[in-house]
Amino acid sequence: MARLIALGAFGDLLPLQVGDVTCTEVVRETLFSVAPYRGQQKAVSAGLKTQLGLTLPAVGRRRAAGDVICQWIGHDAWIVSAPVTLDGLAAVTDQSDGYATLEITGASVEAVLARLVPLDLRSATFKVNHTARSLLGHLPVSITRTGPQAFEVMVMRSMAASLVHDLQEAMTGVAARGSA
Amino acid sequence: MRIECPHCGERDRREFYYVGDAVALARPAPDAGPDAWDDYLHNRDNPAGDTNDLWYHEGGCGAWIVVSRNTVTHAVHRTKLAQKAAS
Ligand SMILES: [Zn+2]
Repeated sequence: MARLIALGAFGDLLPLQVGDVTCTEVVRETLFSVAPYRGQQKAVSAGLKTQLGLTLPAVGRRRAAGDVICQWIGHDAWIVSAPVTLDGLAAVTDQSDGYATLEITGASVEAVLARLVPLDLRSATFKVNHTARSLLGHLPVSITRTGPQAFEVMVMRSMAASLVHDLQEAMTGVAARGSA
Repeated sequence: MRIECPHCGERDRREFYYVGDAVALARPAPDAGPDAWDDYLHNRDNPAGDTNDLWYHEGGCGAWIVVSRNTVTHAVHRTKLAQKAAS
């Protein structure tokens, strides 16, 4: 039988380190988008509580229970990293191969993202588990703060290489200026 | 120009796509007759002043938003999810 080679969405583009900033792939093998039907948001939240041990987070927030995350990803839509059954309550769609996610960390991470994202991502306003939909360069992304010097960036999988390209340029520019 | 998305907060205009007059939310009944449908599909006012437009938060949360603004002063008076404006 043929031996298949498992590759992440970023292939060999990651990990990538420039200066004090590092990008690494975040692999979540299961992703489902959850879009509650009109008026069913509370019931969906209760269903997630029973099945995954977490409720729907507010707009602009992420919640985790162990390794499982539930993250707001847009108008009336969330993404969860585990299978859920919400028949009659929500449109649940398998997105496992739809997204690519990386974590970007390091002392200059805010300076790198400031070159690409039109949001104030400093920790005073954008705290751990805050998440936002915006643009990174020209790419629609979900950005989540995961630590004092760490963010996750999620893009449609087809844009994985463009995301690394844009980040690499910004990382190189910031590194060339010395300390952030 | 900055637009307040009801979900995302105040965002740069480049995150939004302009769709047109919010009259699109006032769909006539199927049997309203050709004049009403002609008006709905084709005829738009072009006021110098206050307008209600539909904008799409394309580079953001994906919501359709009714934006009340002034085309002369560029002031944005208020914004509302189209979902709420229509229901
Ligand atoms: Zn928005």
